[in-house]
Amino acid sequence: MNLRRVLGLIVFSLAVTVLPAGAQHGQDAAPPAQTGSPNAANPTADSANEQRLLQEMRKLQGRVTIPDYKAATLEQPQGRDYQWFHERFLPWASGILIAAMILALAVFYFTRGRIMLEDSPESGIKIQRFNVIERLTHWMTATSFIVLALTGLNYFFGKRVLFPLIGPDAFSTWSHWAKLAHNTFAWPFIAGILVMIVTWVRDNIPDRYDWRWLKEFGGFISNTHPPARRFNAGQKMIFWSVVVFGLALATTGIIMLFPFWTLDINGMQWAQYVHSSAAAILIAVIIAHIYIGTLGMEGAYEAMGSGEVDLGWARAHHSEWVKELHRVGVPPVRNVNTMPAE
Amino acid sequence: MARMKFLCDADRCIECNACATACKNEHDVPWGINRRRVITLNDGKPGERSVSMACMHCTNAPCAAVCPVDCFFTTADAVVLHSKDLCIGCGYCFYACPFGAPQYPRVGNFGSRGKMDKCTYCAGGPEADNSPAEYAKYGRNRLAEGKLPLCAEMCSTKSLLAGDGEIIAQIYKERVRQRGYGSGAWGWQTAYRESVAT
Repeated sequence: MNLRRVLGLIVFSLAVTVLPAGAQHGQDAAPPAQTGSPNAANPTADSANEQRLLQEMRKLQGRVTIPDYKAATLEQPQGRDYQWFHERFLPWASGILIAAMILALAVFYFTRGRIMLEDSPESGIKIQRFNVIERLTHWMTATSFIVLALTGLNYFFGKRVLFPLIGPDAFSTWSHWAKLAHNTFAWPFIAGILVMIVTWVRDNIPDRYDWRWLKEFGGFISNTHPPARRFNAGQKMIFWSVVVFGLALATTGIIMLFPFWTLDINGMQWAQYVHSSAAAILIAVIIAHIYIGTLGMEGAYEAMGSGEVDLGWARAHHSEWVKELHRVGVPPVRNVNTMPAE
Repeated sequence: MARMKFLCDADRCIECNACATACKNEHDVPWGINRRRVITLNDGKPGERSVSMACMHCTNAPCAAVCPVDCFFTTADAVVLHSKDLCIGCGYCFYACPFGAPQYPRVGNFGSRGKMDKCTYCAGGPEADNSPAEYAKYGRNRLAEGKLPLCAEMCSTKSLLAGDGEIIAQIYKERVRQRGYGSGAWGWQTAYRESVAT
């Protein structure tokens, strides 16, 4: 009796401990009954599902135990879109845009040549076109813009152009300083844009002369001089490009200087899409602006250089502006003809 | 050569956060940097699910593609690593990363993020394996010692799997076959352009 009870206990305890172990390892362990129809006994059938959530919300967000809300984004496939934009679309689109602008200007230069002043000989009388505040603002903004454009292009063209030439270490050092320059020169650029808006918006409101100017393409081809007030339609287009794209650059730039302050990850990606697209367009516009203000037209540079232009040039290019000046009686700055010979 | 991947079996993750803790401890990761974290979806509601997430070491990695100074490189085991000496802290990799993996020592005001830090798959950086310089910048190089990432190695429920992609996918498929259900390999479609057929 005792022996049978002891043996029984031993057999029972063996069965309890060994049999489940055998079931875990053995090939003959019956697969769960629900294998054929998974949903029948799937305890997590109604739980969060990756593909379903991605379709519904485009990204997966949850809760984390660390005090950084950015870490709560589990997955944002939009990062792949950002990769496509940054590495495929942006280099090609901006490259083609800027190259096309340079090519168009080159074709214009070699077919039409420099726009000279033959039909409006120098009168010797100088009038002020831009005062010292206007010129200071222009050149502050211009210097900043060139620094910003070069360091900005470095963010995606640098590794394709400069990197192979100078190697990883030198390129990394240069890019580090370029980034700091980009972040620093942003502020004088923004200040310049704001001052320019206040100073020049009055003279850049579209008026009745603009349509004719545009129809005749500013006389660039026909060699005529359609009338214009202080700014012609072409200059107004430059101004409004600078305002629109400059403000877009300033806004998105500040957003990027303070990342995740107002926008989430997808907002930050869009800030870059807007910033780089606006930058590429504005770079192309400013290349045309630099061309026409220096090489493209005789006498144009003086306006922003010394601030004074010859009355003959002004009559040819800004006839209505000269009439307005006469009407209000603004005196010429100086008359070279009557200056004493030293 | 192996093609190293992570696979989080979300049906097994119990949000114990031991993977994140192990990672921090193994690599002396500074405060504020989270190379791995556990995210809970539908927290406290029916259908709650937790997933452990770090760098997935993507195929055609977006971080490496957008890096303006090309500081990323992919090892023979397909682990995506980077050089902190070359990194300029621009933050683009964080915008491109589908999984929020890149981390920065400082908040990014005025672009002063500092050098990016992320999961190295316990494979260190470009320096000599397990040299003091490598440890200081990237943490321990377990792969060079023949070990797998610690987060997965010590996962209490074996939810987090690390190793060659084909092998861990096979383990996961077998699990799904045995238990009859599985929510799939989270993030694989985005990271590797393929999922685990179950």
